[in-house]
Amino acid sequence: MKTRLERREHLSGLLFVAPLIAVLVLVAGWPLARTLYFSLTDAYLDDSANHVLVGFGNFVEVASDPVWWRAVRNTAIFTTISVAIETVLGLAIALLVHGAIPGRGLVRAAILVPWAMPVVVSTKIWEWMLNDQFGVVNRAIVGLGLADHGVAWVANGSLLLGVVIFIDVWMTTPFMVLLILAGLQILPEEIFEAAEVDGIPWWKRLWSITLPLLAPTIGVAVLFRVLDALRMFDLAYVLAGANVNAMTMSIYARDRLINNQELGVGSAASTMVFLLIAFVAIFIVGALRLDRSGAAER
Amino acid sequence: MSTRIKRRSGAYYRAMRRVRQVALGCVTALLLFYVLFPYYWAIVSSTKQGAQLYESVLLPALDFRHYKELFRDANFATSIFNSLCVAISTTALSLGLGTLAAYALGRLSFPERRSLLLTVLMISIFPQVVVLSGMFELIRWFGLYNRVWSLVFAYLIFTLPFTTWVLTSFIREFPRELEEAAIMDGCSHWRILTCILLPLMGPALVSTGLLAFILAWNEFLFALTFTLTEGSRTVPVAIGLLAGNSRYEYPFGPIMAASVTVTLPLIVLVLFFQRKIVAGLTAGAVKG
Repeated sequence: MKTRLERREHLSGLLFVAPLIAVLVLVAGWPLARTLYFSLTDAYLDDSANHVLVGFGNFVEVASDPVWWRAVRNTAIFTTISVAIETVLGLAIALLVHGAIPGRGLVRAAILVPWAMPVVVSTKIWEWMLNDQFGVVNRAIVGLGLADHGVAWVANGSLLLGVVIFIDVWMTTPFMVLLILAGLQILPEEIFEAAEVDGIPWWKRLWSITLPLLAPTIGVAVLFRVLDALRMFDLAYVLAGANVNAMTMSIYARDRLINNQELGVGSAASTMVFLLIAFVAIFIVGALRLDRSGAAER
Repeated sequence: MSTRIKRRSGAYYRAMRRVRQVALGCVTALLLFYVLFPYYWAIVSSTKQGAQLYESVLLPALDFRHYKELFRDANFATSIFNSLCVAISTTALSLGLGTLAAYALGRLSFPERRSLLLTVLMISIFPQVVVLSGMFELIRWFGLYNRVWSLVFAYLIFTLPFTTWVLTSFIREFPRELEEAAIMDGCSHWRILTCILLPLMGPALVSTGLLAFILAWNEFLFALTFTLTEGSRTVPVAIGLLAGNSRYEYPFGPIMAASVTVTLPLIVLVLFFQRKIVAGLTAGAVKG
């Protein structure tokens, strides 16, 4: 039996979230439903009202396009390597900043700079620094005698994905550092003091105390980063346009949709991106849950 | 284990400490260089003209012609104005709607709460490209295509879930005792929110608002897709599409000047509100 007070609270709760729900249905729910619908039609962008249902033909077309699989492969490589590097580097920097180092406040502020910069701007700056003839990176390499002439970082197709990963690491490691640092700060100080008094070496303290305690924080940070990396568009697009060497799934879908005007096929590709990311999200969340319940049993 | 412990002199430990300090100092300096050098290099390059740009001199040439040209360029001024309009409107809307929803999600108990929070979180990690075709159609229906306001509409898909989520975790942190007296007095939820919680939420609104502003200011995919002409572009798109007269004359000087200009306000904001921004970022992720 519900009391009058509970009913009132229920009603006012719904009233307060009503605008949120209305806006989310309008900007997320409806467009998503339309994308799913268009993926089953032969619509073109210039005349989207004029179309017929064609079933799953668009999905077959996307799945039999080698460029799509190239985009999937690029995205998978990009996500795996960049998130792995960002996690290790972010952990190292967070541990460094957490300890007593000279100029700690300055470092903490400086770390925010790459994070606050628009992706387009960071990409343009790195593109200039990595320019094959006049870029400062190649000048440094030649100047230090590491190579006779500069490397064509951006112009060379086989290096392009590596450059994308490199720039992404520069841009998003700060995010990792901030999250891990916040996790570090809520850990109980006494455990570390006890371990230090017992004379346990630092690497063992890191491996057996810090990392297990940080695992939930790192797990959440990795989840966010992986999902963000899987939908990456701007960095690779600004650097290389629709070049297949750095094409991500989002670039492929947008290319079919806007440049080729294929509303049906583009929507099918978008839907596949959505399903893939949803699948990965469920997998990671499941892994984190298992980890957490496993830790509780111990 | 043998009980023999190797004794070392005080000088040894002092020397070890010195080595440690120097090593940490070097690593820190390296880190600062890695993090800050690209922006420094953009500033240096933006003050160089023509051939100077191709000599890798590490000091700025302090020639501000690129900046003068940039500010005389009507299109660039328009895109800055567009970006400001879009980012401010999006932030204001998402803060307003987000606060309302966050009060209910953080304070009231009703059965749909959990599933709603989960939906909000799911939408915020949504790949934007998925709604692109549906959104494109919707924007054309509203007659907003190639208008700046289409972006305010589209940006709500990621700023609103973000502000709702972060503000909910902020509201949960506030002590409940404050409102309990008001509830006893029969105060309505609207009054509790506006008269008791809102005055306390200033810092939370600032950090959440700043993050939402940065998200909207930096967005690229929607801005590239829903605008067509130079007059309705936002800054990221304007910089992304800035190209030279020919393939071989790539205008890195002007691009660097534009990059420095649009990033400077962000960096000032971020450094000034450093603690608030970190609080906002971590409130959403760690406690959630």
